[in-house]
Amino acid sequence: MAVNPEYVGRTYPPGPAYLVGREKIREFATAIGDLNPACHDLAAANALGYADLVAPPTFPVVMAMKAATAAVKDPGLGLDYTRVVHGEQRFAYSRPVVAGDELVVTVTIEAVRTMAGNDMVTTRGDVTTVAGEHVVSATTLLISRGIEDDS
Amino acid sequence: MTSRVRLADVEVGTLLPAQAFRVDRAGLVRYAGASGDFNFIHWNERFATSVGLPNVIAHGMLTMALAGRVLTDWLGDPGAVVEFGTKFTRPVVVPDDADGATVEVTGKVTAVNDDGTAQVSLTVLCDGVTVLGNPRAVVRLG
Repeated sequence: MAVNPEYVGRTYPPGPAYLVGREKIREFATAIGDLNPACHDLAAANALGYADLVAPPTFPVVMAMKAATAAVKDPGLGLDYTRVVHGEQRFAYSRPVVAGDELVVTVTIEAVRTMAGNDMVTTRGDVTTVAGEHVVSATTLLISRGIEDDS
Repeated sequence: MTSRVRLADVEVGTLLPAQAFRVDRAGLVRYAGASGDFNFIHWNERFATSVGLPNVIAHGMLTMALAGRVLTDWLGDPGAVVEFGTKFTRPVVVPDDADGATVEVTGKVTAVNDDGTAQVSLTVLCDGVTVLGNPRAVVRLG
């Protein structure tokens, strides 16, 4: 099955806002073994100039991947999600994510192609505050592996 | 943002302190919960092998996060990473034993920019094989 190139440029409006919690930042940092005090201790984060705990650089995947997944499951796009693997990931920050941020993700289909039987979709999730301030863009390449690759 | 690494202290070729990270099954369960990625291939050996994988594999985003720790442990400030990207080229296979897998990360500065940032190129290996493709970051220096 080929993916539909007419979906390039299509944008998906955000779902409900994601409220970044202190305990979620601590939990995520702990899961990646990151003991940086700015991720765990409010005074340490304040000393670096942040209003609250700072999230590690890959933390936005928590909200961005969910938004990207919802977008690429759009039936008209034609991506077989059961065969999807994560091909590439990039984050481009305007500022770090800190606890207390209320964030929404707007997903745009940036590119669509089929190569060697694999369907590839690149999405860009623009993560902004509910007030509209850009925080980070998360660009994701999802690859749906072609059936013939299994033989 | 207050990176403890000063612009004046780095040049093209400056090496970041290398690190080796152990990834075991308990760590995968912990990351699944923290990230919300509960894909069966990251914790269920029966499922992983049924879809052609050699065993349970680590989340690519966990491997990327460990690579990111070499950046943020060096900088001292988790918020000093301005850009960070990678390809996921090979899986990190995590056996169900006491040792798990070991991910080795090295990095070096490849460019120093006029705007107070530097570009860093990372190398991420498991069992001597590259698992992340062209992992790169732009970081803000103090």
